Amino acid sequence: MTTINHTDWLDDLRRAARTRADAAGLPTRRDEAWKYTDIGALGVAAFALAEPPKGAPPEVSSVGETIRLMLVNGHLITPPGANLPAGVVIEPLDAAFSSEQVRAHLGRVIPADRTSLAALNGALFGDGMLLRVCAGVICERPIEIISFGQAADAPLAFHPRCLVLVEDAASATLIERHLGQGTYFSNSVVEIALQPHASLHHYKLQDDAVSAIHVSTTGVSLAADARYAGVLVQTGARLARHEVHATLVGAGASFELDGAYLGSGHQHLDNTTFVTHAAPGGSSRQLFKGVLDGEARGVFQGSVLVERAAQKTDAYQLSKALLLSGQAEMDGKPELEIYADDVKCGHGCTVGDIDEDALFYLRARGIDESDARQLLLEAFLADVLERIAVEPLREAFAAVVGERLVH
Amino acid sequence: MTTKTSSETREPAPLLAVSNLHATVDGREILKGIDLVIRPGEVHAVMGPNGAGKSTLSYVLAGRSGYEVTEGSVLYRGLDLLAMKTEERACRGVFLAFQNPVEIAGVTGVNFLKTAVNAIHRFRGEAELDAMQFLKVARRKAKELGVDEDMLKRAVNSGFSGGEKKRYEALQMALLEPRLMILDETDSGLDIDALRVVAKSVDAMRSPDRGLLVITHHQRILDYIVPDRVHVLADGRIAQTGDKDLALELERTGYAQFIGQAA
Repeated sequence: MTTINHTDWLDDLRRAARTRADAAGLPTRRDEAWKYTDIGALGVAAFALAEPPKGAPPEVSSVGETIRLMLVNGHLITPPGANLPAGVVIEPLDAAFSSEQVRAHLGRVIPADRTSLAALNGALFGDGMLLRVCAGVICERPIEIISFGQAADAPLAFHPRCLVLVEDAASATLIERHLGQGTYFSNSVVEIALQPHASLHHYKLQDDAVSAIHVSTTGVSLAADARYAGVLVQTGARLARHEVHATLVGAGASFELDGAYLGSGHQHLDNTTFVTHAAPGGSSRQLFKGVLDGEARGVFQGSVLVERAAQKTDAYQLSKALLLSGQAEMDGKPELEIYADDVKCGHGCTVGDIDEDALFYLRARGIDESDARQLLLEAFLADVLERIAVEPLREAFAAVVGERLVH
Repeated sequence: MTTKTSSETREPAPLLAVSNLHATVDGREILKGIDLVIRPGEVHAVMGPNGAGKSTLSYVLAGRSGYEVTEGSVLYRGLDLLAMKTEERACRGVFLAFQNPVEIAGVTGVNFLKTAVNAIHRFRGEAELDAMQFLKVARRKAKELGVDEDMLKRAVNSGFSGGEKKRYEALQMALLEPRLMILDETDSGLDIDALRVVAKSVDAMRSPDRGLLVITHHQRILDYIVPDRVHVLADGRIAQTGDKDLALELERTGYAQFIGQAA
């Protein structure tokens, strides 16, 4: 009997990633994709790689009935338990390396040569996780991953990794919550492969500690008629970047991503997306809404590429930001690159202030100014939050947003 | 100075006393010395040509920023109205029905109306309404006004027709139970049927302790809300005051006689 030596396979993967990461170094502002976000200035290169944590895990309540797992500093400390629904597999990547599916997708949805931070993750990730929903399985209970950063005196770095496989006609809901204490650098990579007719709802809350640096690279590969619907809420971290690489590989796939972000103080919140339509009849829709106060800075870079084969593509992206102070700043860079001739594509980018007419209207009905402002800001972000189909989750995310809006 | 004439002792204290009110917008003087006294129970109409300062008067009374009072005073129930913030004026019972109600995407009618009603209850030291209590009241009043219940669930004024917006203003008025109601060209953009519904519902709110200031270009709304006094506002001043017959006369003669006269 031949044993597949998966340790070699893993070692090769890591070695290649390390070579790539060493050669590229951290991105600098000279890199076109990092023009507005300076990660090098924050000294993350010197942060020590986090050891497995000692002591009791932090207490974090769940959002409703979920299949829950918790990572502390990138190490799995609370496994999902035994009662998984039939056809749902959740296991550490090093136990799953022998699987065909893992080999077919790990490091393929986001190749190490795509970005230097993904390469760094490939070289250094700890307990990577495999989430697999087998063909035809509808996983009703959301799978909730809590990534907790816990740094005491010295700053730490960790690199969570997750591979999500949703097989033919299967569907699932994935929740990511990023929380923590202290100064840490969280550099996560999530690779999502959706097979034909598969569907994934992906809800992410980035509410990391105020001095944390959060960078995540999410790859989504969509086969024919697959559907991805993501909602992203960014409220935490000193500097955060959520980067998405989505490719509509099969015909008729649908990609939707709605993002809300709230920055104050000196926060820097970056949303960068690359969507590639490689097959006909696909649709992609993106909406990002931000509220920036103090000296916060927001970035939206949305790049949509429609390849020659991707006829009948419908692609749309919109970025709207409200600046609540004269020192807040927003940089937006939408980019459409279209090589097919029968497509519908659109994009928009607006930066504005709170609607004074609406504010006066509310105040003229007796609502005091700060309540009126909060009502308007919540309303501004409402169409993003309304996309969350899981009610307790929508309430939990809305509560985090509401708290941030109170002055 | 303290001597009172017999007529003043008989009449109730004014609900609103505007004296020599001057106001500018972007440095341009729009109101050039308005005097107006409304006593409880009275309905006053302010009519006038476009650009006379009618909407400016309503915004100054409601406290909109950008409308700067340069001279004069406004007492509301004996208090300095101009010293109050917009929301305090509303909480004390001043209600402006907007000429062009703002569409507010994302804020549902129920959320907006409940927040407003409870802000005013809180100010008055009354118990706040919970969701069920509020809905019961809101549904009843909405039905009386012919406001579709579905409109309560929709975002404030979003996608409403002209008529729906004005009914919605009337609904807010009914829910907030103000003391001084200011109607800023509520009749504009309304067809005859919608005008009748809205005007009748406003008229139904007349009471001995409420005052009403109806700002309008046309006489027809005054068929339903019959005024005690009619004032002609031209070039930032009250050019003429009379009873309800003045409105009918203006309908015949137009405003031409006032344009240029005051300048």
